[in-house]
Amino acid sequence: MATTPTREVARRVFAREFNDASYTFKESDDDRAPVYVLLPTGQRANRVFLVGTLTETEDVGEDSEYWQGRVVDPNGDTFFMYAGQYQPDAASMLRELEPPAYVAVVGKPRTYETDEGDVNVSVRPESISQVDEATRDRWVVEAAERTLERVRRFRDADPEAPDIDEYVAMAHEEYADDVEPYRQSVVGALESMEDAAEASAD
Amino acid sequence: MSETDLRTHAEEIHEQFSDRLDIDVDDVEERLDTLVNEYKVPASEARRSVVNTYLDEAGMDRDQLGGGGGGNEQVDLADVDAPEEWVDVRATVVELWDPRADAVAQVGLLGDETGTIKFTKWSKSDLPELEEGTSYSLRNVVTDEYQGRFSVKLNRTTTIEELDEQIEVGSDSVEVEGALVDIQSGSGLIKRCPEEDCTRVLQNGRCSEHGEVEGEFDLRIKGVLDDGEEVTEVIFDEEATEELTGITLEEAKEMAMDALDTTVVADEMRADILGRYYRVTGPTFGRYVLADDQERLTGTVDADELLIKARSI
Repeated sequence: MATTPTREVARRVFAREFNDASYTFKESDDDRAPVYVLLPTGQRANRVFLVGTLTETEDVGEDSEYWQGRVVDPNGDTFFMYAGQYQPDAASMLRELEPPAYVAVVGKPRTYETDEGDVNVSVRPESISQVDEATRDRWVVEAAERTLERVRRFRDADPEAPDIDEYVAMAHEEYADDVEPYRQSVVGALESMEDAAEASAD
Repeated sequence: MSETDLRTHAEEIHEQFSDRLDIDVDDVEERLDTLVNEYKVPASEARRSVVNTYLDEAGMDRDQLGGGGGGNEQVDLADVDAPEEWVDVRATVVELWDPRADAVAQVGLLGDETGTIKFTKWSKSDLPELEEGTSYSLRNVVTDEYQGRFSVKLNRTTTIEELDEQIEVGSDSVEVEGALVDIQSGSGLIKRCPEEDCTRVLQNGRCSEHGEVEGEFDLRIKGVLDDGEEVTEVIFDEEATEELTGITLEEAKEMAMDALDTTVVADEMRADILGRYYRVTGPTFGRYVLADDQERLTGTVDADELLIKARSI
């Protein structure tokens, strides 16, 4: 099926790792070639799917509406998203939703460099929908599973080996070699689920 | 082996050699007839033998033969993944559809143990009729691709042989699970072309084949399931859409009538199902899975085992 353009998969990643994914690249010189951010655990991402708690929305636009949304994951880390006139559906969701609410967001990673030279990573949402707690919980476990797979693959790979996965190699090149914070975000997220389960059982 | 079948074989062989040898269709048929009716050789073997004779006469190799002479790879239907390849298949005619054009003699679905594929038989190829439910060896068919879906085309060099055995048609049903991350355009309350055998979805009241028509309402969702590793496009028909969204065709029509706009239906559906997790089972059709059965995943997921793993590495 090489003739059919393939849709980019939506990666599952916690906010801590996502916000560290400041390195972007393209795989071809074509102007319309997809832009990827490189996750520090060694995987490219052109799209993400995340579910979390929308804690705040704000119109930060000057001339026209430009909505910022903050979505917090179980570790308390925040995904930032921005939707303006070119994302009308997502913008109207941010305008209408009353935080706090569980939301599912599909979107593209975007990076921009601040005046201080830091790179900020945010989500440009394609869609935002309000979901229930069960959906949130399922996402947390799924994101934990996917992240753990990446952490394990990163650690099992020998950076000197010639057959190393190209994105793992790229991550070694572009970021610190330490993926421990992302393993901790997996543990933290899953522990918060256990705590919640115990609390509701009491 | 009937007279007409022999004649067909003879014509095909004649065709294959027509630019290399000055042979007569009747001569070819006579040779075949001798082998089949006198020596009781199976038709395929007779054909092989006659072709070999002419190959010798022409000083050609079998490889130089323009089709019909065998030598193709026999493929499983599920393995057809490129257009314009000459292949042999052994398959059962699962369904015959009504041809939409005079140029098409027969069109339908072939199936083998690995799956199903659409086939087209051209009128000008002058091939024998295929019957629904019967298994055949089809040699020298050409693969084709349209919008990611593969099919095979029978042509005048194709040989059709009825098989004594029945080829089982495997279920190519798959199960996919994931978050519904997109609902594509052409979803919700749609209108289809009412022309017989045309079910094309209308764009602004127009059918790409029949022009402006009075469309018939239908419900459909073209959705994308994504599990973080793979994406699968899923089509929900009217029944599946109703089950998924709780919105019936009648209700959808009322909603559209009240709003004087059909897009409100898709918007409403989006709000209900986007971003949720589903498990869908159904057959594949090209790059799509056609939802036969769908289930929203709402149960609690066990994090214990994963937590132990996460702590241990």
